Amino acid sequence: MGFQPVVLATDALIYLLLALAVGFALYARRHEHLRAPWRQVAASRTAMGALVVLVVYVFIGLLDTVHFRPLQGQDAQGRPRYATEVLSLLDLITTPLREHREKTYSAPFATHLYMRETIELPDGRKVRDYPRLKWGGAHLADPADRAADIARRVAAGLVLGLAIWGGALLLAARGRPARFRCLLRAPELAALRSAAWTGLVVALLLGLVLTLAGVWHLLGTDKVGEDVFYQSLKSVRTGLVIGTLTTLVMLPAAVLLGIMAGYFRGWVDDVIQYLYTTLSSVPGVLLIAAAVLMMQIYMNNHQAEFNSLAERADLRLLFLCLILGVTSWTSLCRLLRGETLKLRQLEYVQAAQAFGVRHFTILARHVLPNVMHIVLIVVVLDFSGLVLAEAVLSYINIGVDPNTNSWGNMINSARLELAREPVVWWSLVAAFVFIFMLVLAANLFADVVRDAFDPRLRERT
Amino acid sequence: MIDLLLEVRGLRTWLGPEDQPVRAVDGVDLALRHGETYVLVGESGCGKSMIAYSLMRLLPPSGRIVAGEVLLEGRSLLELTEAEMRRERGGSIGMIFQESMTSLNPVMSVGRQVAEAVRLHDPEHAANPRPRVIELFRQVGISDPEHRVNEYPHQLSGGMKQRVMIAIALAGCPKVLIADEPTTALDVTIQAQVLELLRDLQRETGMAILLITHDLGVAAEMADRVGVMYAGQLVETAGVREFFDLPHHPYSCKLCRALPGADKRAQGLDAIPGRVPPLDQAFSHCRFLDRCEARQAVCEGAAPPWRGEAEDGYRCYLAVEQIALGPPAARDEGAAPAKAVAPLLRARGLQVHFPIRKGVLRRVVGQTCAVDGLDIDLWPGRTLALVGESGCGKTTAGKALLQLLRPTGGSVRFDGVDLTRLRGTPLRRLRRQFQIIFQDSASSMNPRMLVEDIVAEGMVAQGIGTSRAARRERVIELLDQVGLSAVALRRYPHEFSGGQRQRIAIARALAVEPRLIVCDEPTSALDVSVQAQVLNLLEHLQDELGLAYLFITHDISVVAYLADEMAVMYLGRIVEQGTAETVLEHPAHPYTRALLAAVPVPDPKHRRTIIRLESDLPSPVAPPSGCHFRERCPWMMPRCHEAYPPMRELASGHRVACWSYEDGE
Amino acid sequence: MMAYIVRRVLYVIPILVGVNLLTFLLFFVVNSPDDMARMHLGVKRVSDQAIAEWKAERGYDKPLVWNAGAEGLDKLTDTIFFDKSVRLFAFDFGQSDSGRNIGHDIAQRMWPSLAIAIPIMLVGLAVNISFSLLLAFFRGTYLDFWGVVLCVAMMSVSGLFYIIGGQVLLGKLLNLFPISGYAPGPDAWRFLVLPVIIGVISGIGSGTRWYRTLFLEEVGKDFVRTARAKGLSERAVLFGHVLRNALIPILTGVVVVIPTLFMGSLLLESFFGIPGLGSYTIDAISRQDFAIVRAMVFLGAVLYVLGLLLTDISYTLVDPRVRLQ
Repeated sequence: MGFQPVVLATDALIYLLLALAVGFALYARRHEHLRAPWRQVAASRTAMGALVVLVVYVFIGLLDTVHFRPLQGQDAQGRPRYATEVLSLLDLITTPLREHREKTYSAPFATHLYMRETIELPDGRKVRDYPRLKWGGAHLADPADRAADIARRVAAGLVLGLAIWGGALLLAARGRPARFRCLLRAPELAALRSAAWTGLVVALLLGLVLTLAGVWHLLGTDKVGEDVFYQSLKSVRTGLVIGTLTTLVMLPAAVLLGIMAGYFRGWVDDVIQYLYTTLSSVPGVLLIAAAVLMMQIYMNNHQAEFNSLAERADLRLLFLCLILGVTSWTSLCRLLRGETLKLRQLEYVQAAQAFGVRHFTILARHVLPNVMHIVLIVVVLDFSGLVLAEAVLSYINIGVDPNTNSWGNMINSARLELAREPVVWWSLVAAFVFIFMLVLAANLFADVVRDAFDPRLRERT
Repeated sequence: MIDLLLEVRGLRTWLGPEDQPVRAVDGVDLALRHGETYVLVGESGCGKSMIAYSLMRLLPPSGRIVAGEVLLEGRSLLELTEAEMRRERGGSIGMIFQESMTSLNPVMSVGRQVAEAVRLHDPEHAANPRPRVIELFRQVGISDPEHRVNEYPHQLSGGMKQRVMIAIALAGCPKVLIADEPTTALDVTIQAQVLELLRDLQRETGMAILLITHDLGVAAEMADRVGVMYAGQLVETAGVREFFDLPHHPYSCKLCRALPGADKRAQGLDAIPGRVPPLDQAFSHCRFLDRCEARQAVCEGAAPPWRGEAEDGYRCYLAVEQIALGPPAARDEGAAPAKAVAPLLRARGLQVHFPIRKGVLRRVVGQTCAVDGLDIDLWPGRTLALVGESGCGKTTAGKALLQLLRPTGGSVRFDGVDLTRLRGTPLRRLRRQFQIIFQDSASSMNPRMLVEDIVAEGMVAQGIGTSRAARRERVIELLDQVGLSAVALRRYPHEFSGGQRQRIAIARALAVEPRLIVCDEPTSALDVSVQAQVLNLLEHLQDELGLAYLFITHDISVVAYLADEMAVMYLGRIVEQGTAETVLEHPAHPYTRALLAAVPVPDPKHRRTIIRLESDLPSPVAPPSGCHFRERCPWMMPRCHEAYPPMRELASGHRVACWSYEDGE
Repeated sequence: MMAYIVRRVLYVIPILVGVNLLTFLLFFVVNSPDDMARMHLGVKRVSDQAIAEWKAERGYDKPLVWNAGAEGLDKLTDTIFFDKSVRLFAFDFGQSDSGRNIGHDIAQRMWPSLAIAIPIMLVGLAVNISFSLLLAFFRGTYLDFWGVVLCVAMMSVSGLFYIIGGQVLLGKLLNLFPISGYAPGPDAWRFLVLPVIIGVISGIGSGTRWYRTLFLEEVGKDFVRTARAKGLSERAVLFGHVLRNALIPILTGVVVVIPTLFMGSLLLESFFGIPGLGSYTIDAISRQDFAIVRAMVFLGAVLYVLGLLLTDISYTLVDPRVRLQ
């Protein structure tokens, strides 16, 4: 099958982020002062458990980042014609989920729609009843077999999950039983064990999804009949992008200004302080609201400039990251300024000055490496706050594009249905659970990272 | 044995993880009688403080007492419940700590903090503690106690805070006072006051004192009995006279001989090689073995026995006559080189003023005169010691001389070039000629850099050495010169001990081949035995390379050992200068006299007369009119109010700024 | 010290000027009033005349910063910049795009906002301090460990979940409180209980954890050791020294948010239908009423800067180290 690769703006930045992460890892490997805290993180049971969860999210997010247009036959000149719709690897893998659209709401594991419709019976009579779903449970001739079918599939899923987990462990131990025993008993491998147990939960869930998701709507469907589980998966990327790219875009400014203000003091300090005090005095939500409103106007008036819906939604996402970055760089900048003020008093900076080392060399060699851990900690700590913020912003309609899959949009569209009797709860619950798992894992991981790199920062962040 | 007040038997206190505990206190016995002062001496990391915390049962969270007994008048403290123990703490046992800065609650008035203790332990005054608090303040020599009780710690000087700490400890009328390095953070003149106060209080109340210190001088002055700690154990206890007459244990001997002083000028200092072994191991042989010069075949065996009486003996295999310590390495130079024609560094009227801004518009309303008119000459190959107590501006002066801090006035001529007029690249070029070594070796090196890069930094900045390989060779050479092996290259600073780091700092300074090095208290953070190593090294390098040192210090004994000339600073100005010998032998300025008299001497027979200085160092923002020293001077005259005394030459090169010499007595 | 405070007050001025310029840039320069009009009137098929009318009605038809056509001082004052931005300094917020007086609306709506924000702050403070003291007292035990884990878990829950969950559980299923609505006067409490409970609960996780670290920070200090050496009981140490000292950062941390309480809570108010400034802001954003958003941006900045100012002043009042310098 042919395809045409598509790299959206955020995709490019994610690749950049990946490259940076890999680069940082290589750099950290060669520097003991970075390696030691990471070893401490790796020895923490909490951190390793959380890391497994994070890796699953990141994996889903990355799958959803590789975009392309599938081939759609050829045009008149025999050149390949590609679809206008941009798909990702995740879409490809979850094709059944994506294409199994119902008419409207249906509950998780339902066989029937959530709303009565007028149905024409074979004998021509019309009744108002809950119609069968087009896809959910469609493989059953008799809906009454639902429980048995689900039970059978759950059992199969659990077995499959166990098999996957076992296989992964075997692969990790390279088939040597001694390694297994070591993993089970050695006290210094407690962190690995915790990762393995978390891995088991993940594997079981994966098994269940594999056996169930194809024929059932695991988490029901939403108003337009789209599978909620699919939406939740698609929202992962949005959450991750907001959580990571925001800090990435604000980082250069915050770091440069922060250490310059602290190192040079004087008028440089005054100007930079004024800048961030002014920016941080505007309430964040309002600044974001104002900026997003202005962007909407701009986009509405310049619709012609966007090639596709996907591109437009993507730019809006990127812009949201930018504007979130503008509101969040000030705290990091302030932290770095304070730390640099302390560093410049330290004698190794003075020793360098005594050698006649130039200012920017001192900044690069003595100041920057000694504040990098703060940057790292802030990046990790900010992540969860940003993921949560996305939900709230989308709720106020100043978040991501309404066409973008995001947990905030899921909540936003579902809350209107709360008044309905009985309640349509699954979209909300799905979004909340997905957010909670990610944010909890990130928070736990961030705590360990902070304690490993600089426990003093506890009081300040 | 009836009169024993406090008895400790076989105390073992461990810290940290179960699987690899730090055996901070490893089997200590000691006994304290009524009215007696027992001094525990030892270098840092020997477990001295942990003994104190164990007695108080105030160990840090990971600390635990794993064995032993603590008996206070026959009652076992370790078996008391926590509630019962609380009555003893601050009641029969009082304790004062080293850090008076942080040991008082910053947001509670000092009177209230003392009153807390009075309420708990003095039922008579519990209802209305104020009169008792004022009485205690008076007892510890705080003037104007009615007002001082309402003040907050930050309004008091370090000495005052330590007095408040003592008042807290006294509130419960303790039978035992545990003083954990009570004067280490204080200046010598203040230290002398506080030690005197402790002695007076002991005479008044008859309490016993357990004093913990690293300073043998303080021990000689205060002790009735001395106990020497090494690596978690007592290695020797003796009466103070006996101890200083003839220390028995090789460690004690070496410790006494490592002390710098005027009498050691002819010889080198007797440094103890190596360092205290880490305490997270179980020792199976003598803990001092690796560093011991007198070791014999028998020492290799199991842990050595205790020789002599329980309270008067030492822990060693060898009898006194068997302990043979060689003579210290002789100092390899004769006299200091003759003065060259021109000084290498000549400062005239050097001023560093920091503006004080006040008011809405931050106008400059005054100046903090950190350094206020400094005249200094330093000749090649010689050592000038800049002596003074904290806050006198000596460190600022050192940095201003090297233009690390721009002076606000005066000139600094280095080899004839006025540094104050240079900036940018010419100054940067010249920087290779003068270097600095800092006090805190930990913060003077970037923790993220390898030793190789640290030492080579100056070479790179000054363009010395053609390639990385060439520079590396040079770094190896330098490390060798300061006594470190090439293995150090690929290590980080934190992997070294304080003394080793200071060697690296010296190597780093030497890398650019300077002619002058400013040594800013390079040994004051080090233990005596390590200090001796570093001082010997500096001495050796001077002879070899003809370096000039500006040695900034508060430690008179180091000056006496090392300096050719000395200058005494008080409140930003030099009050007396001359050759070290003259100034130390015949101090002329009242301040110099008080300073010298305040230094504790490690000889219990030497009873000095302390010249008591009133109050503390005045603020450099508003120094007293006339002579800056007049408010504290015991010999103040009317004319001292009128003007600052001019510098006057008493003898060749010996100059002093004091009105008492104006009439040419 | 007076001079210090005066200086701090004066520093407010350049900051507000900066905020003002920023909003002006954002609202009038990045997008022209024409764009705004098109946005409101629908993008396509809108006549130039309709746009001109829309602008004239709202005073957006003047030049931005320099009115070349006017006389004398009017060259400067008869402009959008003067009308819409400079006037904010006199707290003259002008008319909303729908023609209502914004200043009047704000004066009316701030009371319901305060009615839920103040109880949330006070009750939250009490609850968080109690919980964190409890954890600090049992530091190093399982209670502490699981307490912190619970805090982290509570922090990880989206604020929206607390609101929606609380509404469904307490309002809909248990039927304890009205789900939304508001009545002025003494009857208001019935409508306030639920949002206040939810507001407090959603703050417990981060608040408790934060105060706990403040307490533990103090517990590790030397003067606490001195206090123990006096023979004080653990309880006396905790209340007399640790709580006392940690209260300084806690209280000043509270002071900084007091002014912003006026702004109300965006989410709570809009979910519970409370006619405060929070829901006012949200409505304005969703109706794209730029005049109101602009007014709220400026008001928010003023209140924030006021908070910083109060923090500085409160430090000088409660901390003797600053007070007696």
